[in-house]
Amino acid sequence: MIYQGKQKIWSDYQKEIPDDHWFYVRSCIRQNFFPASEAYFVKVVRDLLGRDLYETPHHTTCGGIAYHSDTIPQETAMTIVARQFSLMKEAGYKNLVTSCITSFGNYCEILETWREFPELEARIREHLWKACRREFDKPEYVCHASDVIYKLRNEIAARAKFRLVNKETGEPLRVVEHIGCHYNKMFPSKGVGGAEYPYVLCGMVESWGGQVIDYPERRHCCGFGFRQYLVKANRGYSMSNSHKKFESMEPFRPDMIITNCPGCPYFLDRWQYVVAETQGKTYGQGGFGIPVFTYEEVAGLVLGYDPWDLGLQVHQVAPEPLLDKMGVPFNPETKYLGLNKKDILRPSLPSGLKCF
Amino acid sequence: MKENVIILGGGIAGMEAARQLLLLGERPVIVERADHLGGHVADWHRLFPDKSPAEDLLEGLRPGLEGAEIHLGTTVSSLNALKDGYNLTLSDGSKLHGRALLFATGFELFAAERKEEYGYGIYNQVITNRDLERWFNTGKDSRLSGRPLSKIGFVHCVGSRDLKAGNPQCSKVCCMTAIKQAIELKERFPFAEVYCFYMDLRLFGKKYEDFYIGAQRDWGIHFIRGRVSEVAETLDGRVVVKAEDTLSGRPLKVSLDLLVLMAGMLPNPSATALARQIRLDVDDDGFLRSRDNLAGIIASNRPGVFYAGACTGTKTVPETLAEARSAALAIHNYLQDAK
Repeated sequence: MIYQGKQKIWSDYQKEIPDDHWFYVRSCIRQNFFPASEAYFVKVVRDLLGRDLYETPHHTTCGGIAYHSDTIPQETAMTIVARQFSLMKEAGYKNLVTSCITSFGNYCEILETWREFPELEARIREHLWKACRREFDKPEYVCHASDVIYKLRNEIAARAKFRLVNKETGEPLRVVEHIGCHYNKMFPSKGVGGAEYPYVLCGMVESWGGQVIDYPERRHCCGFGFRQYLVKANRGYSMSNSHKKFESMEPFRPDMIITNCPGCPYFLDRWQYVVAETQGKTYGQGGFGIPVFTYEEVAGLVLGYDPWDLGLQVHQVAPEPLLDKMGVPFNPETKYLGLNKKDILRPSLPSGLKCF
Repeated sequence: MKENVIILGGGIAGMEAARQLLLLGERPVIVERADHLGGHVADWHRLFPDKSPAEDLLEGLRPGLEGAEIHLGTTVSSLNALKDGYNLTLSDGSKLHGRALLFATGFELFAAERKEEYGYGIYNQVITNRDLERWFNTGKDSRLSGRPLSKIGFVHCVGSRDLKAGNPQCSKVCCMTAIKQAIELKERFPFAEVYCFYMDLRLFGKKYEDFYIGAQRDWGIHFIRGRVSEVAETLDGRVVVKAEDTLSGRPLKVSLDLLVLMAGMLPNPSATALARQIRLDVDDDGFLRSRDNLAGIIASNRPGVFYAGACTGTKTVPETLAEARSAALAIHNYLQDAK
């Protein structure tokens, strides 16, 4: 591996990320999968680091999930997106930041399509006006929320209470970074670091003390792929993709996986349970899996927030081995206590994958 | 007194043209940016189809250059068209005037790191066709030393016939070069498995087909029709290559000790910049445009300006030498007519 070669590519694929004043749009599914990630993004960016981040309850789905599932035509998705832009105009913002990778890809694809076919943009403006008497301005910048955390990574590092370092050995934790396909594979120039050697998560990991693993199936899809999972008959294909990645990363002995997509952490987390139950194989140490995190969760751990406030108890793969390595304190007794100490009930434990 | 014939480029086209011009009684002046003559051929070890040493070719050209004025390590700062020829300012500040001007500016090798998915400059096990020739010549390359090579791959058409790379043209020589290099590696590592990943093989010249058949029959080299999609590194320091075998219709994955990228030919940007200074036509592909592509391949759209070799498109060594001789004769006739 020639690290300088990667640095050169990274320097070729830098994108301009505004420092402040963002209009934030949430994901359709992330709050179900990883319930605290978006809340902690807002908490870190707005409350801790003092940036202006605005969101509106009138925001809806961007239509990306339906578009990529072939259930709505692109013009419908465009009109939905046009409405989001009109909400942003109404609020007086010009920098759009999306929580979801597919939304990010959807917004980028639509803006590029309008750039190529201005007549289509004109038609969508007409559709929006007829539907709800709204008008919109296109955003000056479209970023993904991981771009924002990447931009702020050193500020987070400066406030870090824990680092991605094994507290026993002092060695950097070995981190698999996994990028959502719609972040950079559609438009490599719109992702930090490009498509082949993306840097957006590597930058966070390096800044927070970890070491990124470059394993052979690094670029491979997590297996979500929309119709691979949404069509029930295809789910074996979805799992085989994740399985291929686990087999490839296993010899590198990763301590954790960090992701920036709604689907990837979900599938990389849940399929480890299925592989363990069906194949009897686990990929972590001592019968555990490899813990999978969103970048907001990792930022939250580095900043010293309580793991259970970060929602790590809803992960399938136990995060405790990683918390122990980092030296993050946690109380096993409060793991399944929700808001106001309400008991959220304990899940059944799997037989093949060690969990608490 | 004889007037200068200025030759831009001291590769094999420039050398052969100068040699012929001297034989015709003219006064050639070579301007070469490198510190030696020979161009890309000087980097090469052996040439297809006979695997003859590249140095032998250059050795055959050099003696005929006695009497030519040669400026090495020199570039052209500016070029002006005058009524009676062309005026050049060189990078050392000196000036040259020539009645005729020959572009023998050659090509630029595609920068293989631009195909990021192949990992050149990222993975130690990925080299280019030129790197391999240099290693054949010098035996020095830290990426190759001290390692037995048991599995080797070649990727054809790296930066050639590739719209995404902005180069739709075929580089013409890579298929044969890959076969030649594959055989040369088999000669050094007889037990190595060698794979050539190609999209189609263009083997049009004399002995080329025989060479290809021999590579399969006598050397057991595997030819896989399919483009490589990505390259990654394994824990044991090899590279995993993913490709599609389009004949069997199946994806394949193979771990290799060495991957050689057949970087293609690009127009020389310095030549294009100079051409623009005197309003020479440039083709859509970036190469200089000949007056016509049948009978006027060495002629330009300006009087007194001639072309030889890969400045007008991708060329083999014999084509380049033939054009150089043809251009020399055309220049001689042009100067005779001008008297």
